[in-house]
Amino acid sequence: MGINWIYPEHEVVRNRDRCINCRVCERQCANEVHEYLSEHDKMVCDDAKCVNCHRCVSLCPTRALKIIPSGNTYRPNSNWTNRTINELYRQADTGGVLLSSMGCPQRYPVYFEKILLNASQVTNPSIDPLREPMESKVSLGARPRDIQRDENGRMINNLPPQISLSMPVMFSAMSYGSISYNAHESLARAAQELGILYNTGEGGLHEDFYEYGANTIVQVASGRFGVHSAYLNSGAAIEIKMGQGAKPGIGGHLPGTKIVGDISRTRMIPEGSDAISPAPHHDIYSIEDLRQLVYSLKTVTGHKKPVIVKIAAVHNVTAIASGIARSGADIIAIDGFRGGSGATPTRIRDNVGIPIELALASVDQRLRDEGIRDNVSIIVGGSIRSSADVVKAVALGADCVYIGTSALMALGCHLCRSCHAGKCNWGIATQEPQLTRRLNPDIGHRRLVNLMNAWRHEIKEMMGGMGINSIESLKGNRSMLRGIGLNEKELEILGIRHAGE
Amino acid sequence: MLREGQVRIPSGCAISGMIDKSGRRFCGEDIIKSIAVMHDRSNGLGGGFAAYGIYPQYKDYYALHVFFDSTAVRRDCEAFFERHFDIINLSKIPTRKMKEITDEPYIWRYFVTPLPSKLTDSQLDEREFVARCVFRVNTQYDGAYVFSSGKNMGVFKAVGFPEDVGRFYRLEEYEGWCFTAHGRYPTNTPGWWGGAHPFALLDYAVVHNGEISSYDANRRAIEMYGYKCTLQTDTEVITYIVDYLHRKKGLTLPEISSVIAAPFWQTIQRMPQAERETLEYLRVMFAPQLITGPFSILVGHEGGLMALNDRLKLRSMVVGEQGNMTYIASEEAAIRVIAPQLESVWAPKGGEPVIVEVEHGN
Repeated sequence: MGINWIYPEHEVVRNRDRCINCRVCERQCANEVHEYLSEHDKMVCDDAKCVNCHRCVSLCPTRALKIIPSGNTYRPNSNWTNRTINELYRQADTGGVLLSSMGCPQRYPVYFEKILLNASQVTNPSIDPLREPMESKVSLGARPRDIQRDENGRMINNLPPQISLSMPVMFSAMSYGSISYNAHESLARAAQELGILYNTGEGGLHEDFYEYGANTIVQVASGRFGVHSAYLNSGAAIEIKMGQGAKPGIGGHLPGTKIVGDISRTRMIPEGSDAISPAPHHDIYSIEDLRQLVYSLKTVTGHKKPVIVKIAAVHNVTAIASGIARSGADIIAIDGFRGGSGATPTRIRDNVGIPIELALASVDQRLRDEGIRDNVSIIVGGSIRSSADVVKAVALGADCVYIGTSALMALGCHLCRSCHAGKCNWGIATQEPQLTRRLNPDIGHRRLVNLMNAWRHEIKEMMGGMGINSIESLKGNRSMLRGIGLNEKELEILGIRHAGE
Repeated sequence: MLREGQVRIPSGCAISGMIDKSGRRFCGEDIIKSIAVMHDRSNGLGGGFAAYGIYPQYKDYYALHVFFDSTAVRRDCEAFFERHFDIINLSKIPTRKMKEITDEPYIWRYFVTPLPSKLTDSQLDEREFVARCVFRVNTQYDGAYVFSSGKNMGVFKAVGFPEDVGRFYRLEEYEGWCFTAHGRYPTNTPGWWGGAHPFALLDYAVVHNGEISSYDANRRAIEMYGYKCTLQTDTEVITYIVDYLHRKKGLTLPEISSVIAAPFWQTIQRMPQAERETLEYLRVMFAPQLITGPFSILVGHEGGLMALNDRLKLRSMVVGEQGNMTYIASEEAAIRVIAPQLESVWAPKGGEPVIVEVEHGN
């Protein structure tokens, strides 16, 4: 073996005064960072194996451990950063495509952080959500142009199928296989308790989870894994996955080592075979083909389920959305370039796509300009990190948001961005039984419910401050937003004014 | 200083309205007296009136009331009218010179009916044709503003205190079966007559006291249906929502009130099934037309008058009845000054519409 040119990014710091050699860290670390030397009665560690997932830090009973940046640097260079150099060395070593996980961590603008919310003063009253009703319920789906009445003048319910949610947040698509059984169970139970929906992702639906169907979105992706009539009819809605914010333009690859047992059966592919989702759907090479798939799925489900089309936010997202809004789809889901992934080529994740805030603002306005905004609801994802992001997204024009990373963090994810290694110490992005059992769905679902309840309270507080007591009146209400530190063009695209205006 | 429409100006207000449900016409003097009582709710930066049943001799023609900044734009605009309408009568609207009202534009009135050939070519119904012509003038003729466009009704408004505006327009010389009035307290000095209220489109005229928090959601939704919010005022967008729901979608007034001041979901859940289903349908179908934040509005139209408060009742509004007369005002005093003895007087609950239908033919 040649010389390893790369110095570890993290350093595991052990306070020897606190360490009691209990070896919890050693047992908890699937990356085998920690080791007990019995002859010296001493814990040692290999920093090079550490992914900074904080499992050992969290479980150390004496708080003897912390992980810090190693601090080793090459000769400082604004052009050739440490990261750039290391990635180059890694590729020269292996000849491979760089892989990453989770959303893009690079320093691109986060527009949510450059948007400020309004509040009432004097001319109209703010509303206290603890004393007055404050409505966060939303309905997703198309709205017909006209009402119809029967012979007695009573209105006929001519609404196409809708999704009804207690709050404008859903758990986004994460497949069984990319995340564990226990993670799926946590999401499904939390969605049921909260009155929202979770999304199966592209790996099919485990037979144990059909009971959560009313709170499930079943996904149909280019690999069509686990898709059959009972699956399509089991959920509250069907999502066609055309793209993903973390990897626009490419497909997916779940290695055969993860295709074991239930996952193989659920995906309907042999054990040990790689699950490869092609980059495009090979029956969709154009918008008219999409329309056919939308109607195929509607036909299979008796026109009782809304169909969502999920796309990545790319440069011509407005034109694509306009086409989808005329395709018969009921809902468009747009995934921004910061959206997460269990595995994605680093270069794609960090260089392809556009921020969700800009994509959302453009699509919402374009569909209004074309008079077809009522044809579809809009869901956005791609790094919704807090209730404030939700409020800003809704005010920009979203009907609902998807959260993936935020939900996984509630389950224990510490954003070490190593999902693709399959050794998630928190039992989320792994299929190794000794790891997956670390995630207790009783606790996991409770933490998800806590997170959403906290967000709901905060959303209501912010709405009440603006004098708005229904989320419907926040939707697309861009006068409630002001930009800070944005240029004219950015403000124009977001359709908002600058703070002080 | 930016003009109304270039900037959004919140304002507090007083409103008053009175209607004789028998259709008997009465003098405009009373509405001036009523709104004058609430002088302190205005600040002299806008007042106006809507009057129904005032043009019986021209009741089959659309009465266009227009502000012009110059004679030149009036000529251009009249040429537009002549291309689209048969103009039966035109004149300056009679006014009274008074020191309280200054800087008046040219104020003209046209009684018109769409040219049959133009109407046929447009493939629109008559009212939509008229509405689109009004939008054309208001968005494309700089310095011209059509502020009233209904049949047998008219809006009269100006910058000033409402009682002065009423005298300026010699409102006491008109007789109608319904009047509404508005005194404005804008938090800015627009100084433009078009920005005063009522706001009207066709026979719908709205006066409104409040500041809605759903404004931009409502505006962006209604603009998708061909409306253009040129003034950026609540009253404008409320008028368009009422027009859209009533004229274009065929909702009844009670249904409209269930859309714009929708009952809370928790209230709907407790209702009997049929009613619950209807309200759930309306809330989903017309979600973007829900209006939140404080408002009390009076909607005048050819069939009568509707009063409505926001669902939390964040603005005062009182109703009084005496014989065939119904009075509605921001304050009870504004009713008592006209009708000291009332058979009944009450404050409607939030979201509970008061609908008075007029019997026509008198």
